[in-house]
Amino acid sequence: MSAPVLPTSLVDNPRLDRWIRFQPDRTVRIATGKVEIGQGVVTALGQIAADELDVPLDKVVMLSGDSDEGPDEMYTTSSLSIQMSGGSIRLVCAEVRAKALDRAALRLNCSPNDLTVVDGEFRQNGAPTGQDYWSIAGEIDLSQEVSGTTRPKPHGQYKVVGQSIPRIDLPAKVTGQAAYVHDALPAGVLHARLLRQPNPGATLAALDEAAIRRAAKGELQIVREANFVAFVSPVESVAQAAAVAAPGHARWEGLRQLTPAHQEAAWLKGQAAEDRRIGAPPRTEPPRNPVQITVSRPYIAHASMGPSCALAELKDGHLTVWSHGQGMAPLQKNLAPVLGLPLSAISTRHLHGPGCYGHNGADDAALDAALVAMRLPGRTIRVQWRREEEFGFEPVGPAMLVTLHVDLDDKGRPADWTTEIWSATHVQRPGSGSGFLLATEALPNPPPEVKPTDPTEARGGGGTRNAVPLYDVPSHRILHHLVQRGPVRTSALRGLGALPNVYAIEMLMDVLAERAGMDPVAYRLSILSEPRARRLIEQVAEMAGWTARGPGGAGKGLGMAFARYKNTAAYCAVAASVTVDEIVTVDRVWCVADAGVVVNPDGGRNQLEGGVIQALSWTLKEQVRFDDHGIASVDWDGYPILRFSEVPEIEAELVDGAGNPSLGLGECSCGPTAAAVGNAVAHALGVRIHDMPLTRERILRALA
Amino acid sequence: MLSLRAPAGEESLAIALTVNGSARSVDVPDATTLLEVLRNHLGLMGTRYGCGLEQCGACMVLVDGQPAYACTREAGTVAGRSVTTIESLGTPDKLHPLQQAFLDEQAGQCGYCLSGIIMSAKALLDRTPAPTRAEIVTALDRHLCRCGAHQRIIRAVERAGRAA
Repeated sequence: MSAPVLPTSLVDNPRLDRWIRFQPDRTVRIATGKVEIGQGVVTALGQIAADELDVPLDKVVMLSGDSDEGPDEMYTTSSLSIQMSGGSIRLVCAEVRAKALDRAALRLNCSPNDLTVVDGEFRQNGAPTGQDYWSIAGEIDLSQEVSGTTRPKPHGQYKVVGQSIPRIDLPAKVTGQAAYVHDALPAGVLHARLLRQPNPGATLAALDEAAIRRAAKGELQIVREANFVAFVSPVESVAQAAAVAAPGHARWEGLRQLTPAHQEAAWLKGQAAEDRRIGAPPRTEPPRNPVQITVSRPYIAHASMGPSCALAELKDGHLTVWSHGQGMAPLQKNLAPVLGLPLSAISTRHLHGPGCYGHNGADDAALDAALVAMRLPGRTIRVQWRREEEFGFEPVGPAMLVTLHVDLDDKGRPADWTTEIWSATHVQRPGSGSGFLLATEALPNPPPEVKPTDPTEARGGGGTRNAVPLYDVPSHRILHHLVQRGPVRTSALRGLGALPNVYAIEMLMDVLAERAGMDPVAYRLSILSEPRARRLIEQVAEMAGWTARGPGGAGKGLGMAFARYKNTAAYCAVAASVTVDEIVTVDRVWCVADAGVVVNPDGGRNQLEGGVIQALSWTLKEQVRFDDHGIASVDWDGYPILRFSEVPEIEAELVDGAGNPSLGLGECSCGPTAAAVGNAVAHALGVRIHDMPLTRERILRALA
Repeated sequence: MLSLRAPAGEESLAIALTVNGSARSVDVPDATTLLEVLRNHLGLMGTRYGCGLEQCGACMVLVDGQPAYACTREAGTVAGRSVTTIESLGTPDKLHPLQQAFLDEQAGQCGYCLSGIIMSAKALLDRTPAPTRAEIVTALDRHLCRCGAHQRIIRAVERAGRAA
């Protein structure tokens, strides 16, 4: 018999006790490397454990993001937590349950098959035995490695999975408890703020510390090393005042020079790039019936509601860091070389933060706090970024330009398809991509520039994410121009390249339907064999009343779009109705997804809705703007996002998972939403707007 | 806890105010914001820092019953006034009906915007016990939410209005 294929998380963390522990207070602690970032995953993982162990949900205590005691599951990204961590917890719990029943059977002198588990207690042929997990726990060797050979329950036996269990973290958050890393203010804490190096390579030629001290108006320490400068005070407003004043008293050399052209996706074309060829071999014969479409998306921001924040404390040579980053084990590994500490001298612990949609400033703030803590041993250091620092220095989602070159067959179907993509890298995560924790660049001996990489195709790609259409295309290839040097730091933001790629594919579908003289829904179905995809398109058309869709062109439009996220995660179809009158008003959105067995349906719908709204905001409003030296859109006036008065009515549904494996759904609704709006605007206007965001200026230009 | 006294030699201000119904006094450096007084001096962490610019609403509290941004409000201007924060409503064990409505609707993702939103909703419900959807949207429009929980938040306020 061949060994079972284990999830990567279990391969990396095979010991059972890295995942599960029975505690004296008759709870069971389940550890995960994945963290709560507003998506409700820790609640969902607890549901999986409760079901597999047959213990009540309130006996499950979750430990999330602890480098000392929990598993290393890298970062909480790519809508993988339920598949990866959930899949691991399910196998671990199934195996521990079986081991416990084996031990109990020995004690009771019966067969394990005679035993069942009810609320954590073991019953023999239905009768209480006096034995339970906690009485047996001492006899189960959890230092053993998981074998993965115990078959988890079939989905028909799930009792907790599939229920819309309320989020365990929300009560604290609606009652104003100290729920976030920002709220940890231990006695004697010192507040730190930063003067940020404007760009890698910039050097601090002069700093008028006396002027900054005068502006700070209070007890202030200035921690300075090369181009890293921190202002530290027991009084938060003093540190803040120093940091606000500091840029005016600093003179930098080696500033990068940017122009307005840099902020547009069109700038990417012609830049030095690594050309990656994926898929079918290059085409040699000339196209017979070519169609081409180019779309773009500018740089966009995470724009989290709260600024990045972290605490750090060096005590007896051991550094503890509290962070809202997406992975505590990677953070520990990334901090160690910068600080010159062994891994064993660093503990990283996750605390909740404001919404996280990818690689934001959280890890960078953790290094900032650690650097100050290393220089002020024995004191807890709390770093909080300023709002302009958050907008100005978080890694942004890269601009993308996507051109589709399609050759049609006699029936107007794509026979050959080349997707050409221009983008800077989508991952500059320290440790897993081509970047560094931000302050590393400001320290003496900054790291040398490294060649950018993008996530591999096996991991869903970066700029190429969702570039492969799910439609029946005989021959498809990608030419990915991975631009080597972007104007600003770019990294992972919800969905990576999926949004512009789906926008392009789904806009093309409408173009091809029009050429073929077919309805957009009918055209899609005519070239799509995947049954789960077809079902969603049919369903969203029904939800949106597609058959009543008129000819359009009178300022009212209805559009739809479909994608399966990464072509491996959840399927999602979206329809949007819009009114266009100089600006685009989205009136209604219908969204339906197939994510297999959904652990927490209401949590899943919350994610679908949130993805719709965030994508509407990106599509209609958002663009990071540059000035001469860097990002200039540094507050909410400069970077407006969708408001309550602009949010449409949204109907989000999940289809019955039919026992299919759970598929990550946190990012699946974004791409289809953007494309549905783009198609609805085209239906309303009779002309297509290829470049996001769909602003008033672009609409007026399109109509001129 | 931090010392409640301003560092020696700095301009400082003794402020007496009512916070969540209790008389409080603090001695803080001049120009200290109400937000910093609440969080760093009184240990009330529920009011969040979002932007410091009156642009996002994460710091919304009530001053004499009216919504006010705590992030820019100088503490000296609330001397003698009554400040109400999210902590005055309820606790996880004893929820205020408005908070219960937010949980019933699971109206939140990261939750960072919720304290401010709930305070604006409280002010709305205090003057308009059963607001229309349009009134709710108007009252909340100066608040930002990045996770996209808007619909649920609106439904939660509607639910609380119906229950009142």
